[in-house]
Amino acid sequence: MKPLRLGIIPLSDCAVLAVAKEKGFFRRHGVEVTLSREVSWANVRDKVAAGALDGAQMLAGMPLAASVGIDPLARPLITALSLDLNGNAVTVSTDLWKRMVRADPEATTKRPIGAGALKKVIEEDRRSGRPLLRFAVVYPFASHNYELRYWLAAAGIDPENDVRLVVVPPPRMVEYLEREAIDGFCVGEPWSSLAVQHDLGRIVVTKYEIWNNSPEKVFAVSPAFAEERAEEHRALLRALLEAAAWTDAAENRAEVARLLADERYVGAAEPLLRASLSGRLLASPDEAPLELPDFHVFHRYAASFPWISHAAWLLLQMIRWGQMTEPIDVLATARSVYRPDLHREAARDIGLAAPATDVKTEGAHAGAWSLADGDGGTIAMGADLFIDGRPFDPAKTVEYLAESAVSDLRVSLDALAARNG
Amino acid sequence: MQSPLRVMIIDEKAERAASLEAALAEAGCDVVARLVTRADLQDKVNQAQPDVVIVDMECPDRDVLEDMSRITRHQPRPIVMFVDRSDSESIRAAVQAGVSAYVVGGVQAERVRPVLEVAIARFNEFQSLRRELEDARSSLVERKVIERAKGILMKHRGMAEDEAFRMLRKMAMDRKMRLAALAREIVAAADLLQ
Repeated sequence: MKPLRLGIIPLSDCAVLAVAKEKGFFRRHGVEVTLSREVSWANVRDKVAAGALDGAQMLAGMPLAASVGIDPLARPLITALSLDLNGNAVTVSTDLWKRMVRADPEATTKRPIGAGALKKVIEEDRRSGRPLLRFAVVYPFASHNYELRYWLAAAGIDPENDVRLVVVPPPRMVEYLEREAIDGFCVGEPWSSLAVQHDLGRIVVTKYEIWNNSPEKVFAVSPAFAEERAEEHRALLRALLEAAAWTDAAENRAEVARLLADERYVGAAEPLLRASLSGRLLASPDEAPLELPDFHVFHRYAASFPWISHAAWLLLQMIRWGQMTEPIDVLATARSVYRPDLHREAARDIGLAAPATDVKTEGAHAGAWSLADGDGGTIAMGADLFIDGRPFDPAKTVEYLAESAVSDLRVSLDALAARNG
Repeated sequence: MQSPLRVMIIDEKAERAASLEAALAEAGCDVVARLVTRADLQDKVNQAQPDVVIVDMECPDRDVLEDMSRITRHQPRPIVMFVDRSDSESIRAAVQAGVSAYVVGGVQAERVRPVLEVAIARFNEFQSLRRELEDARSSLVERKVIERAKGILMKHRGMAEDEAFRMLRKMAMDRKMRLAALAREIVAAADLLQ
């Protein structure tokens, strides 16, 4: 049988796919897999749509945007497995950081650092007629885009009008920062660490701090693949679930870093990769590393589960920031793309616990909590707070949007309310 | 008469880009820019004002182009990907050839279709040329290493040439290896022992 071809992007969170391949989890579940390192998210999407790839690592927002038809290709995709939580950071240039510290020393000392100091810098710039600060994200439907916007908006900065947001491919972020083509970025590891290592930037805030244990990458396939080759898909899910558990274990992280250093995966220096993978992130060259044990979460806290509430939040961000121009039924759309049912089947095959519910209130837990697994057991969960303390109840989507102070809506809330009764 | 379509080519392979430019000129297009990617792609698109952007799929800046799909203050002319969404064949053909195209600011699809066809044809041509070259190169290298492995067996086991070759072939089959891969291991082992 021909091996299955799966696409990856050179980022630390291709780890679960790399581990499934290198540590034999795919083989153990009877699937031969070749991994193909791709250069852009658009390629990954097109190749899955055209059948040149059978599945791929994708940004959590990608299958949603594709299925709603707001990305350039508009071919539906599904996901039954999340590849990780957290893993990104917002970095600003050393210059901008100095200006932020001058503008508001107090707001730049206590973690998590909000965008209040940045707002003051933006106001200074406006008074002196300077051009807008430029921030880069990796893709229009990337979680990076939404978390950066969330962080800015939480401090009253309008991401559409007060800054300029651009797209830059991850491996080029540091070079853009060095050339002063951008003033900051939000990206996955190891690219923030690289900027800090070269003393070009400083990590201001992590994705974890913006939204604790928030969704990042997923494993996506076409609906045709999930249906016509259901057994192979299920075997892939089993292998990835086991690989995720292995990748998550603290004692394996050094080996994960060693694997990812290879050119076929991330192709970056091993110590650079090891830093964030071992939960020690250097935010500034002249400070001790931050201890962030949950910087990368690959399996614990039900990290592999495709939460309908995660999908709903992402869809609402697409509406909030004007990427959607037609009203949708948010939860129905989320359920057509995120497939906890398929996830549970694969988890059951290998005796792994899966949450009994598909939806949780996000932003309601400040620390550890536990969740029923539908089998009489419990699953240990982590915090899920947002940086501004606002909770998200997926049953109240329209109210949630209405309460978002800064937004760029292109769909009327009434039209949305009519579809989300 | 309609003014010629303005086309921008983003391709790091200079030879292929030049050949595509010539083909497009022949088809009546005006190639307004040929870029090897890099910084400020959005600004470049805004300056050159192309109707169509042809981009090598191996260029990471595709994601930068995708960001231009929405009208904003900074982006008055949105771009869309040029594949008929219902036409799986044209998507497959473009992906296989490794080329992608974007249409800037609502040019009619019928005018753009021939441009994509020319691009797919040129990209395919280059791909098959490269494959031929690679095949020729690797078969030469493989023949050499198999000869060396055969020589090693003949010398160390006192075999005749056809006997050594048969033994190599049987070992390869037993181990489910390609002949050249096995030959490489034998050569490497012999080098180690010398």
